[in-house]
Amino acid sequence: MSAAPDLITLNHRRDIRNRWLLSLPALLIILLAATGPLLIVLIYSFLTPGDYGDVKWLFSTDAWVNVLFQRDIFDDTLSLADAHISIFLRSINLSVMTTIATVVFGFPTAWFIATRPARTRELWLFLITIPFWTNILIRTFAMLEVIRNEGLVNMLLIKAGIINAPIQMLFTDGAVLAGMVYVYLPMMVLPVYASLEKLDFRLVEAAYDLYATPFRVLTKVILPIVKPGVVAGSILVFIPSLGAYVSPSILGGGKNLMIGNLIGLQFGQGRNWPLGSALSISLMIVVMIALLAYVRYAGKGANAHG
Amino acid sequence: MADRSGNFDVRHQGGFTLIAAFTFFALYLPIAVLVVFAFNGGDSISDWQGLSLHWFYEAARDDRVIDAAIRSFVLAVSAGGIATLTATLAAIATTRTAPYRGLSAKYAFINLPLMVPEIVTGVALLIFFSRVKMWTGYSGLGYLIAAHAAFCIPFAYLPIRARLESMDDSLERAAADLYATPFRAFRYVTLPLLWPGVLAGFMLAFVISLDDVVITEFVKSGGQDTLPTYMLGQIRRGTTPAMNAISTIFLLFSVLAVTIMFLVDGKRAKAQ
Repeated sequence: MSAAPDLITLNHRRDIRNRWLLSLPALLIILLAATGPLLIVLIYSFLTPGDYGDVKWLFSTDAWVNVLFQRDIFDDTLSLADAHISIFLRSINLSVMTTIATVVFGFPTAWFIATRPARTRELWLFLITIPFWTNILIRTFAMLEVIRNEGLVNMLLIKAGIINAPIQMLFTDGAVLAGMVYVYLPMMVLPVYASLEKLDFRLVEAAYDLYATPFRVLTKVILPIVKPGVVAGSILVFIPSLGAYVSPSILGGGKNLMIGNLIGLQFGQGRNWPLGSALSISLMIVVMIALLAYVRYAGKGANAHG
Repeated sequence: MADRSGNFDVRHQGGFTLIAAFTFFALYLPIAVLVVFAFNGGDSISDWQGLSLHWFYEAARDDRVIDAAIRSFVLAVSAGGIATLTATLAAIATTRTAPYRGLSAKYAFINLPLMVPEIVTGVALLIFFSRVKMWTGYSGLGYLIAAHAAFCIPFAYLPIRARLESMDDSLERAAADLYATPFRAFRYVTLPLLWPGVLAGFMLAFVISLDDVVITEFVKSGGQDTLPTYMLGQIRRGTTPAMNAISTIFLLFSVLAVTIMFLVDGKRAKAQ
């Protein structure tokens, strides 16, 4: 062969090498300051807790046993760790309810935006985007002020004579739920809106003309097209809800913990780093399962559409 | 059932409009209440006692607030800057090319920080950095900058990559044909075209860094409060309207940043 193809291969190789060099700084930063340390968490979950936080380098599976069981200090028997299990279940439960609630409020909102004339649509979208980029802490704090015993909701209800004494809303599971729905709602509206944009409303009209009931129009025409958006939104809401830290610690008070707070506590007052590490990995596993289910769904969708 | 008169429009669903109206109302009501009570003359965050800027003065006089605000700003600018610079390089390396080995792995890796719950990243960095602190003895702002830069990269990468993919490379090829060196072609052709994407990427990274609570809470050393972690501590202890005043200023900044981003983006949309 002549030298020409070799030159091309050489150039091609150099191009790829340059592309690796260019992406190296970003990859290194992510490796060192985001994803790499996750491996250390995995290692720590198999070590013995130190006396004042941190760990001793002794292999132990205690942390993993402690995720699900507690050892009785008197007769050394194992029983299910109700506290951990109930916190895990509460977290999953609250996250599922948050996801459902964001669909219930988010879908009609996205529909409303998608059906506005092009001029005002941008403005409505902007109104959804602003809270999205506003500090989660500030929005949670705003929610706290509204539902406090002396807050706006109780004040209005009392003034209207509906109740005599304020209803205790703060520091309940309901408050945490309301806070998470409030904070994560834009994450549902935006992807659902993106998929509604693709919906050809003539199809809906055609279905009506063929005497489909509104319910059948929704399930047979609209939902199949919008479903990818709803599923993507659900993942975007479910995953951060599951690891939520700010909402439960502000709106749930000390009692209504979620997994995020339980993990945080192990590195603070609880000072059991291996247990905190094992709980972190457990949370990651639940998140992975949700993500894998999503990837499988998305993959199937892509196949089905060609 | 459905109204079948002449002006029937399937797009108009009364129930949906009602829920949407409630959603917008509920989305803005708490923020509005928060802002209104920042201007309250009295000590209360529920009892209105006349218009006053008293709490803004109080907040501005508090050294811890000013200190935290400056730290937040320095952190957001440096982490946002690093994230934007490295994300730009990564975007150039991953667009406008035939697929090569490792390309999709690069995409996945750059977006990986988005998949990990913040609390997990937070404790992972707490463990890792506490080791590094012991080895090096250094306990400055560098840890926070590195942590923030890492989770800002996927956000900065997004608009820059989108911008690059929408640019065709004919102008750069023309520059090369006219004997521009790769560097000059980049400096005088690619970069000016790419600029709106870079700016949008930086604004995104800046806002994301400014807003972070959880990772900062776990990574910061003593005396390294940012505005959000300072506020978290205060809210846990019970609050005064000074917190509303700080939040209001913070809100103003976020809205400003998002508006700039929208305008830059809008200009791009019109240009195309």
